[in-house]
Amino acid sequence: MAEFMTLSDAVRAYVHDGDTIAMEGFTHLIPYAAGHEVIRQGISDLALVRMTPDVIYDQLIGVGAARKLVFSWGGNPGVGSLHRFREAVESSRPRPLEIEEHSHAGMATRYVAGASGLPFGVLRGYIGTDLPKHTKTIAPITCPFTGEQLTAVPALRPDVGVIHAQQADRHGNVGIWGIRGVQKEAVLASTRSIVTVEEIVDELDSRVTVTLPSWVVSAVSLVPRGAHPSYTHGYYERDNAFYKAWDDVSRDPETFNAWIDRHVRQTADYAEYLQLLDSEMGVAV
Amino acid sequence: MTATTDLAPATTDEIMTVVAARELKNGVVCFVGIGLPSTAANLARHMHAPDAVLIYESGTIGAKPTTPPLSIGDGELADTADAVVSVPEIFTYWLQAGRVDVGFLGAAQLDKFGNINTTVVGNYDHPKVRLPGAGGAPEIAGSAKQVFLMLRQNPRAFVEQLDFRTSVGHHQGGHTREHLGTTGAGPTVIITDIGVLRVDPISGEFILTALHPGRTVEEAKAATGWELRVSDRLEVTEPPTHEELRTLRALVEGR
Repeated sequence: MAEFMTLSDAVRAYVHDGDTIAMEGFTHLIPYAAGHEVIRQGISDLALVRMTPDVIYDQLIGVGAARKLVFSWGGNPGVGSLHRFREAVESSRPRPLEIEEHSHAGMATRYVAGASGLPFGVLRGYIGTDLPKHTKTIAPITCPFTGEQLTAVPALRPDVGVIHAQQADRHGNVGIWGIRGVQKEAVLASTRSIVTVEEIVDELDSRVTVTLPSWVVSAVSLVPRGAHPSYTHGYYERDNAFYKAWDDVSRDPETFNAWIDRHVRQTADYAEYLQLLDSEMGVAV
Repeated sequence: MTATTDLAPATTDEIMTVVAARELKNGVVCFVGIGLPSTAANLARHMHAPDAVLIYESGTIGAKPTTPPLSIGDGELADTADAVVSVPEIFTYWLQAGRVDVGFLGAAQLDKFGNINTTVVGNYDHPKVRLPGAGGAPEIAGSAKQVFLMLRQNPRAFVEQLDFRTSVGHHQGGHTREHLGTTGAGPTVIITDIGVLRVDPISGEFILTALHPGRTVEEAKAATGWELRVSDRLEVTEPPTHEELRTLRALVEGR
């Protein structure tokens, strides 16, 4: 059964130095609060896994918390580059970042294999691309029934899966609606999992389309607005202004570090961070 | 807002977007990339193709946003979609299984065979510029029945040799794509800010087949890093109509 814990206690209990961690979210429901708590606790040497690493992974990479990134698209959606990610790859600052690069279809297949307890998954993918030359976890496989050449990718099995959801009920069953991404698969593929939620309710909303039973989740933490600047369908919208503002904050390492110190390291928790952010003209700069 | 004179002249990006939108037929099932393709696809839906089915990789099928989304996962896509499915499902049951008519993509670089790069500029291990990467493109390029490409034409984007092949077009030309085992036919048209290129089915090479009004072959050649072939039946695209321009601007301003 999922244990209700503060986010700080959940991260302390379930995220360790050196872990492989998947903090999933596909534009919607990105677990920002949990990412900040990882930074606040100074957890390091992480292998980060995510299909669409965006600003929260830019922050984790920028503070040097990551040794490796497994991903398929790393950008600031609708805005442009992730500057801390780019500097890590282009100039090895603040530390070298090993990358393991896939396509979305490949990453999704890997999560499904992990969630299914299979060693690998199969897709008709990566055809004619240069990716297999650089990524060891892409290999050709022949269909034993038809002879068709397909592609195999190994299962993802993160130590920890972290997601944000709309609700949990009082038993710790988790409910999600709207764009669901690959979060269910990420939780089921991971050894341990943390779910932050907007609300704890007596009964899950009738709009819920994905339910994760309490017994597949390690910890549930109540963190209202815990996905900001991403959004939570039915609760608050995506803060596009924050994503645009991040471009300037992250461009220069000193501005970035000052921002992280003030907003993450020097705040007690996400509620205090959000209060600070709101006081700064509602935007992050 | 009735007379054409009420509107400022179309920008080059607007012309590109309008011409790209016209390529989408009503009822088409289109897997939409973010950015320019998404704007063009939504313009098409608001103009001549109200029944176009827009699929975004966030798992929204039949999305009908009132404004082009900033990201592929904006809430309005889910609110207006016929169905919202998981990311694994969108890439398997829908794309891989051959249910997508058109994959509509942008790129950082492309070559004359319509192969595209969205991964790195320079060497992969020590890149000059690290780009976002593949996203959904490699499998869209492989499995959509055909692919439309849309990007601004300049020598940095239209290159003789890609720094990295992220997604396959007509590979090395001729029948080389067929031998790879892709299920889709690959890119058929490239819409740029200068004109339109269409694929020569024999060589697999993209050929300039139309210019936007006022643009020249010289400009197109100067903006292309390979020796651009020009169709002997070179056409001029119809300029954006008042209605197209007004609709496009209303869409974009709504954001």
